[in-house]
Amino acid sequence: MNPQSTLPPTPAALPPKTGDPSAPAGPGRKDPRSEVRLFAGLGHIALAVWAVIVIVPILWTFLAAFKNTSEIFSSPWTLPAELRWENFGRAWTKAHVGRYFINSVIVVSCSTFLTMLLGSMAAYVLARYKFWGNRAVYYLFVSGLAFPVFLALVPLFFVVKNLGLLDTHTGVVLVYTAYSLPFTVFFLAAFFKTLPSSVAEAGMIDGCSHSRLFFQVMMPMAKPGLISVAIFNIIGQWAQYQLPLVLLSNAKDKWVLTQGIADISVNAGYEADWSGLFAALTIAILPMIIVYAVFQRQIQAGLTSGAVK
Amino acid sequence: MRHGKYPFVIGFLFAPVALYVTFVIWPYAQAFQISMTNWRGLSAPQWVGFDNYRRLFDDGAFWKAVQHHGVLLLALPLITIAIALFFAFLLNVGGKSSGGQRQGVWGAKFYRVVFFFPQVLAVAIIAVLFQMVYRPNESGLINGVLMKFGLEPILFLVRPNLALWSILAVLVWQAVGFYVVLFSAGMASIPGEIYEAAEMDGATRVTLFFRVTLPLLWDTLQVAWVYLGIAAFDAFAIVAVLSVDGGGPDGATTVLAMEIYRNAFVYSKYGYASAMGVALFFLTLTFAALTLRLTKRESVEY
Repeated sequence: MNPQSTLPPTPAALPPKTGDPSAPAGPGRKDPRSEVRLFAGLGHIALAVWAVIVIVPILWTFLAAFKNTSEIFSSPWTLPAELRWENFGRAWTKAHVGRYFINSVIVVSCSTFLTMLLGSMAAYVLARYKFWGNRAVYYLFVSGLAFPVFLALVPLFFVVKNLGLLDTHTGVVLVYTAYSLPFTVFFLAAFFKTLPSSVAEAGMIDGCSHSRLFFQVMMPMAKPGLISVAIFNIIGQWAQYQLPLVLLSNAKDKWVLTQGIADISVNAGYEADWSGLFAALTIAILPMIIVYAVFQRQIQAGLTSGAVK
Repeated sequence: MRHGKYPFVIGFLFAPVALYVTFVIWPYAQAFQISMTNWRGLSAPQWVGFDNYRRLFDDGAFWKAVQHHGVLLLALPLITIAIALFFAFLLNVGGKSSGGQRQGVWGAKFYRVVFFFPQVLAVAIIAVLFQMVYRPNESGLINGVLMKFGLEPILFLVRPNLALWSILAVLVWQAVGFYVVLFSAGMASIPGEIYEAAEMDGATRVTLFFRVTLPLLWDTLQVAWVYLGIAAFDAFAIVAVLSVDGGGPDGATTVLAMEIYRNAFVYSKYGYASAMGVALFFLTLTFAALTLRLTKRESVEY
């Protein structure tokens, strides 16, 4: 193809330069409105395509959860012939997804609670009290943000083992909490700093103790910040895979959901209970979709708030 | 405020600091020490100096992993940021302007909710999901469609030169939504008058994007690049679950985290695994420092 034909209008085709950008558009210029329409049209297609790419794998999983193995192979992208709820029953009890799910709920609720309690206590003290070593402790916490967890994995395994906490939920909860502290303290310290000190002073004059001031005045005032960080921690700890893999490896009945599902998928290759695996995946995904659909505004804000500031 | 301050401060800091030092700081400090020993868990560790590091230099698997990080480090941020920027621009300023207020295209809200969704799923779950999607026979989502049309199935995770890209695609699939929302927040804080003024001067969408949006979004882009870079250094869950044979076929998708895990918890080579951990630490640190340095620019005030 003649390269000339693909180029924009040559200088000769353009009107002589007047130096005035608001001069009427020359013959070489498109009407800006049609440009907008073309751009928006192409944009719409791109957006719709990406939405399909996001939704289809998940929807396909949900459909396959109701099929039987022969259907999964013969008609992978049609509706299931009937709703086979027994797939879910098999996944829940026989593949232990129910137990993994409950384990995840127990571990994440305990460790998020502990993270929020300890994190906000430390952040509050570091943000609002002057004492010797304040900065040193603060930077000790914040430095944890920069380290890859994998560096510490081997010694961590032995620390937990020596404390007798290997293959226990207590160990996992304590480790999750410890590794969530850097971001929690970093974020909440900044947040507590912004709270007005007049309220705290008034409380003090009224004879409020330091800890009562914290729990009854400061915590309620910091609620928006606490919610953001809590969401961040819940999603992060729910998604944990490498820590439980190392810390719970020998206690199958204590496994969390991510670990359990990953294990089923590895074994499914041999046992070939495909529909059971799809049902297990659905059980893992569906609650997250529902929670996300209800709280999407807070979740989006909670997960991105740490990055924008 | 004086009365009882120190007991209170100590009381509030004790538990968090104790927990943090025990499970985070102490293991990190130990990792450096263990990396200088030949510890295998049974007998007492022996000091071997930099032997483990010297062995790293001759370890093909290590260099393969480093090379994969290099590929991910370039491709993951570039692709993710390009797609996310394009979508964020469409969703925030792509539509008509009415009354001087720039608007996103129709359905912007819906797209933002849907795109973000993969972010709330655990990476390990996503890896299992895509194991199904990529399956090499008619039960896979993609190959099922291809084979219905009489095409050859694509062996996404089995072909060595395709496997890493298949994994990369999943990482992009998951990440885009987060950055769309992140960039949207950045774009929302750009005042509308700037766009209006540029438009009056006859700027097209493309010029608007490159001359107005991009420079004013530079700080957010920098944050995104660092985040995605760190994600590229930590692709453990997805490689462990999705790849054939934990980093296979034949090491074609392995990453440092995978090698550390394998050396420590399969072969019990704790000293060697820790040396890899230290190498990973310095790689991550170098990357973050370099990125922040290279992308340092006068930020535009508005």
